Amino acid sequence: MEVLAILIPVSLFLGLLGLVAFVWTLRKGMYDDPDGDSQRILDTRYDDKPKPVSKDE
Amino acid sequence: MHSATIRPSACPACDAAPAAEALAGKAPLPDARLLLSVPDAHCAACIGTIERGMAQMEGVRSVRLNLTLKRLSVDAKAGVEAGDVIAHLDWLGYEAHELDPGTLSMTETEKQGRELLMRLGVSGFAMMNIMLLSVAVWAGADGATRDMFHLISALIAVPTVAFAGQPFFRNAWKALRAGRMDMDAPISVALILTLFISIYETLQSGQHAYFEAVVMLIFFLLAGRYLDFRARAVARSAAQELSALEVPRAIRLVDGVEMPVPVADLAVGDVVIVRPGGRMPVDGEVIGGKSEIDRSLLTGETLPVFAAQGTIVSAGEVNLTGPLQVRVTAAGKDSSLHRMADLVANAESARTRYTTAAERAASAYAPTIPILSFGAFLVWMYLSGGDLRLSMNIAVASLIITCPCALGLAVPAVVTSASGKMFRKGLLIKDGTALERLAEVDTVVFDKTGTLTMGTSVPTNLDQHSPETCAVALALADASSHPLAQALARALRERGVQPAQLDNLTEQPGYGMEAQWRGQSVRLGRADWVGAEARSTTAAYLALDGATHAFTFADQLRPGAADVVSALQAQGKAVWLISGDVPGAVQDLARRLNIVDWHAGALPQDKADKINALQAAGHKVLMVGDGLNDTVALSAAHVSISPASALDAARAASDMVLLGRDITPVADAVRMSKTAMQRIRENFWQSGIYNVIFVPIALFGYATPLWAAAIMSVSSISVTLNALRLK
Repeated sequence: MEVLAILIPVSLFLGLLGLVAFVWTLRKGMYDDPDGDSQRILDTRYDDKPKPVSKDE
Repeated sequence: MHSATIRPSACPACDAAPAAEALAGKAPLPDARLLLSVPDAHCAACIGTIERGMAQMEGVRSVRLNLTLKRLSVDAKAGVEAGDVIAHLDWLGYEAHELDPGTLSMTETEKQGRELLMRLGVSGFAMMNIMLLSVAVWAGADGATRDMFHLISALIAVPTVAFAGQPFFRNAWKALRAGRMDMDAPISVALILTLFISIYETLQSGQHAYFEAVVMLIFFLLAGRYLDFRARAVARSAAQELSALEVPRAIRLVDGVEMPVPVADLAVGDVVIVRPGGRMPVDGEVIGGKSEIDRSLLTGETLPVFAAQGTIVSAGEVNLTGPLQVRVTAAGKDSSLHRMADLVANAESARTRYTTAAERAASAYAPTIPILSFGAFLVWMYLSGGDLRLSMNIAVASLIITCPCALGLAVPAVVTSASGKMFRKGLLIKDGTALERLAEVDTVVFDKTGTLTMGTSVPTNLDQHSPETCAVALALADASSHPLAQALARALRERGVQPAQLDNLTEQPGYGMEAQWRGQSVRLGRADWVGAEARSTTAAYLALDGATHAFTFADQLRPGAADVVSALQAQGKAVWLISGDVPGAVQDLARRLNIVDWHAGALPQDKADKINALQAAGHKVLMVGDGLNDTVALSAAHVSISPASALDAARAASDMVLLGRDITPVADAVRMSKTAMQRIRENFWQSGIYNVIFVPIALFGYATPLWAAAIMSVSSISVTLNALRLK
């Protein structure tokens, strides 16, 4: 049962990590255009190098 | 249940009249940030073409296409106008409409959406973590381990409920203060009561705690709320912000000097100049210049009307050929545009507020939840001889099981699925209740000009003319901005006709074009000016070599017009055609489209009266129209659709907006709305059956937290899957 003392904090920490990641993606506006994002995979424009970052994105 | 309480426009009349106050203070922005609706964009290739093509445009800094909203945002240097961008997109092969650049309201909706999504995410993660601990308890953990697991669950659940449950608490408080009972009140009571009982049980080392059920309830309810919100917000922001293309400014003539002023500043007696292609900003009388004016948006007439000194013009008409000086006779509140807005407001207030199936279900169901659980509490207090803890536990179990988890998803899941499918077909649902009203429709009334036809003409008898006649006609027509001339020039060019060589080409505003060809005078224009005999159909006349030739025109059908009429008739709907145009043109179209019931020469009020008469006879009418003359009818009908090319007033008054040029989605929408209603009813039945089975179990005291969690998730998921079945 001592293993619980490690496993419970670990599971809580992982859950919290997931939540933080979710908040980050939400703030970055990654849920604003689901249809577009799924289509952009097929776009070959930025295959070699990432799109230059503009100020507002 | 919130699926239907907010109408996007409480007062279409306010939208109908140009919002003078908002425009008066509009200053030019240093940098242009434009938003456009691009209804035809649908794939990766579209994204590539549009973004790459727009980036090459002069002055454009960055572009981004949002495919979900079918919306293009363009960052550009000052001086780049929406018109230029639209023209460039047209060249790229995409139809576009300008959206209101006042993006403030949109960020407000976006903020709301993100807030809901955040609460949904938080409750989702909390649910997973608590479930992890609960599974151990269900698997048989007891004693100190169980108590510790419950305690940790409580530590997660309490802040989660406090944060994620806020929308429900807020709505419930609002409703209770107003003396109403809605779904949020029992939900809030269930959340808080269950949480407290569970904490109490934990502290007493009790066997059952409902932390996972509480958080799960919040999660599923928020999921329904979020779907509902998205379906509504997406449609509303796009539909309402489709603004008219021209800036509501007028050119005032003061002592011979032209000065651009906001329309709101014009007073009776001012003189304004209306250039060819411009729209009349006010009601007035022509005092100088000759031209032709297009009244189709106001009256449905396709033929341009001759205008010269003394002609009375109304706001909204389009000046076609020559500049006109107009003395203002009515501006602002007194103008015909505003009178139309008043009519719309009257029709709108006469339309009783529609109660949706969801609202009916909620109002029937909401009181039973607390009554049932309070009843269970009293009965068990009596049976157990005053065992407060046992009675309380059973009351809470029945509260959590009856809570309308699946019911909260039943409608939004279907509406989201249906409106997403319709949006992909090019139809935007502006009003949450429109889908349901559309399902009840048995009669469809179409307007003619701009709805079943494109409002543009195509020449019909080019074959009857010699190549030489065509060459001269093309050369003359090419130089004019008159719509008939342009239609003629376009059609002739498509046939490969080369323009003839002309000299001294001049335009006589209001009459036509005149030139010298091989030493003789040629004219293209009005019958009396050319010296021809006027025909009954729309035509342009050419005087050449002592003879006259008539080029006749017919309205160009909107793509899919014939299909939509036959599809609706096949669905058993009665189809009517009511137009303000002359009988000849209306009858012709009715015959081409196989419509039996048609009315011509209808004034705006006639259209509305006709629809009211149909509805008084027990029919549910869908009105499809685009003009200012349709707005009253649009708001009088049970449900209404207008194309995106319609005037703002018509779009504001209608429940759905057709984004593309093709009109066939209207028939699809009618069919799909019926299926959607079928799914909604099935969902109600499903969640009802779950309750019928499991409420007795809870009341008899056999329900455990495991039961509650299982029922809740199974019923919510089955309801969602049923919604996705929609085709």
